[in-house]
Amino acid sequence: MALTPPEDRLWWKQPLHGIEIGWITISLLWGFLMFGVMIYWHLTGEQNLSNEAYRINPDAYAEKVEAAAALYTVREDEQSGMPVVHPPPGSDVYMLARLWEWWPILELEEGKEYRLHLSSLDWMHGFSLQPTNINLQIHPNYEMVVTITPDKAGEYGVVCNEFCGIGHHQMLGKLIVVK
Amino acid sequence: MSNMFRTCPDTGLKVHGPAEALIKANAVAAVVFLLIGGLFGLLVALTRWQAIHLLPADLFYLALTAHGADVLVFWMIFFEIALLYFASAVLLNCRLATPRIAWVAFALMLGGAVMANVAVLQGESSVMFTSYVPMKAAPHFYLGLILFAVGALVATAVFFGTLVIAKQEKTYTGSVPLVTFGAVTAAIIAVYTIASGAIILIPTFLWSLGLVGEIDTLTYRIVWWGFGHSSQQINVAAMVSVWYAIGALTVGSKPISEKVSRAAFLLYICFLLLASAHHLLVDPGISSEWKVFNTSYALFLAVLGSMIHGMSVPGAIEVAQRKNGFTQGLFGWLRKAPWGNPAFAGMFLSVILFGFLGGITGVIMGTEQLNIIIHNTLYVPGHFHGTVVAGSTLAFMAITYLIVPLIFRRELIFKRLAQWQPYLFGLGAMGISVFMMAAGTLGVSRRHWDMAFSDAPFAFDYPPAAFMMMGLNGIFAIIASIGGVAFIVIVVGSILFGKKRDEETARANPVVFQGGGATVSSHGAADEVKIPGTTILVAVFFLSFVLYYFVNWKYLSEVWPLS
Ligand code: HEM
Ligand SMILES: [Cu+2]
Ligand SMILES: [Cu+2]
Repeated sequence: MALTPPEDRLWWKQPLHGIEIGWITISLLWGFLMFGVMIYWHLTGEQNLSNEAYRINPDAYAEKVEAAAALYTVREDEQSGMPVVHPPPGSDVYMLARLWEWWPILELEEGKEYRLHLSSLDWMHGFSLQPTNINLQIHPNYEMVVTITPDKAGEYGVVCNEFCGIGHHQMLGKLIVVK
Repeated sequence: MSNMFRTCPDTGLKVHGPAEALIKANAVAAVVFLLIGGLFGLLVALTRWQAIHLLPADLFYLALTAHGADVLVFWMIFFEIALLYFASAVLLNCRLATPRIAWVAFALMLGGAVMANVAVLQGESSVMFTSYVPMKAAPHFYLGLILFAVGALVATAVFFGTLVIAKQEKTYTGSVPLVTFGAVTAAIIAVYTIASGAIILIPTFLWSLGLVGEIDTLTYRIVWWGFGHSSQQINVAAMVSVWYAIGALTVGSKPISEKVSRAAFLLYICFLLLASAHHLLVDPGISSEWKVFNTSYALFLAVLGSMIHGMSVPGAIEVAQRKNGFTQGLFGWLRKAPWGNPAFAGMFLSVILFGFLGGITGVIMGTEQLNIIIHNTLYVPGHFHGTVVAGSTLAFMAITYLIVPLIFRRELIFKRLAQWQPYLFGLGAMGISVFMMAAGTLGVSRRHWDMAFSDAPFAFDYPPAAFMMMGLNGIFAIIASIGGVAFIVIVVGSILFGKKRDEETARANPVVFQGGGATVSSHGAADEVKIPGTTILVAVFFLSFVLYYFVNWKYLSEVWPLS
């Protein structure tokens, strides 16, 4: 019994049962297969996270985002007064997280590729682009760069999904995809 | 010395008085924190039910912090310390090493837990139990956690000391029992995870006092999860030991093969070192090679351990039940199992729910690319309410129904309620797990007060189905809470008012399986085990796993291309 010392003192010499060998083999093979699927997806899948990131200090990052916004702001959002930035397709686009907003609003074109830069000026935040459902961890002092291709026009919400204090649930940004 | 021992009328084991007292103290503390933490959980769930939206934002974040700390840390670890003392002193017929130091450990843990709770309730420490920097809590929040960790470490040392004494005084022959072996696994993991917890919490404490400068957020997450995740393997190892123990006590089951079960425990120890990797799959600055490699060997081989237990626990029960005469068909052994015994029912539900809800989803979340559609959504709490609530908590509740008569030596009161309790709590836990995962699949954020974004500068609507999921989550949270309160009423009531169990009552009303000779006969290597029912259960599990795994790749493929 499991509560008493093994009756067979040489328990490690007992041969395995067929069913045990079978299940262990299947489980191991399944593990290898799942390992293979991740690599396979890196080679052929369309959704892989880049490893591109840089160390940057928050002020320097803020300057970059503001510079890009100054160049490409096309209008102001009526509701919030936040600038709507429409950078050229294929270019580097910038968004920052700070307590408690995502800044600015980005306007991108459907089917075009962009290099999206993300970083935080203060605490950790969570970039949760909905409803497409892309979720990234945003740190201060690290600038993350992901290449995205918006494939469907519409208005997207940028939810903060890393708890960042009392204003966390107000931290909603916007990303617009136009045809 | 010898008068400090009594002989257990149910098992014939010699029980050391001071060990028994410590088991009681730790178990009672555990249950108290379960009560407090569970109530916070209910408040949280009722707030996330948008139609009710019970608490204001500040209290919601406060309650969520208290919930995480009280249940995940204090309830689980107090109970595990009780289990460690049980698996060493009681199962090995031995005296507990240095009871006085064990009481010091208890005092440290209790003091730490109370201090952390006070800090949270004062309102300046709503930082969640992960306490990511640079969000700052009051210094005594960190100090409370550190004291608790030190106490737990000391208690683990007492456990190891007891093993040494048992070996020296030859209180058992041969190898330690499987359940004790599982406890050793849990304790070894506890030592290195708690050490790594201290490595990150001590500087954080000093930083909160203004004594050290900035702490890098990425380093914090890497080290914190090195402890935060690996410590979950303590919960798994303890839970699996409990499964084996309850199987043995309620239907007289024996491990099909000692070698396989023990090897599976060893896998937990060996393949955990970088288990923090799967918490960092969408963090900046970490290479894909590192992620794929470290999630694979560390995750899949530890998962292999659980897959093995997932067959050998029900398999052992099937073998025992067939020996007990329930040989009809494929599932006669299962139909005729003691489903009215809350210890057995809770254990078996825990096996099933842990595997299907917690296990499968954990592997999926730990897959590099799939994490993109899951990270920090409600899928994550959905997953771990499958592991640590429907799995470990349910198993711990189940074994409490044996600890009360055997260690507290009281008859259970409210027996009918006790029969229903595992089903109630199991159903509730299943619901909160499933519906949080469903909401998470629809993108809903975890740790979030307002999924309607009424105070946000823009409008954004999650799909209506997501709101429905959170309503269902609330309903099942109520069911789970009723199950939880029932558990506490039964246990505390029995301890205080239950009929004292002397030898006579123990003989009249045995709680340990009295199977006669059948289960005692040792099965040699020669006779092949026949477990067709378990084989089918395992096959169903495996197919669900494979299917659901690929369904998630399908979901991922619908997301914007990114590279
Ligand atoms: C009555 C039973 C319970 C209910 C109704 C419940 C409900 C919930 C809910 C709704 C959340 C919030 C999810 C979010 O907004 O992010 C949550 C979080 C959590 N629960 Fe539970 N829970 C229960 C029991 C437990 C138990 C027994 C444990 C551990 C053993 C546990 C561990 C946790 C943890 C660790 C979190 C995460 C806290 C955080 O994000 O910081 N829960 N629970
Ligand atoms: Cu935020
Ligand atoms: Cu936030």
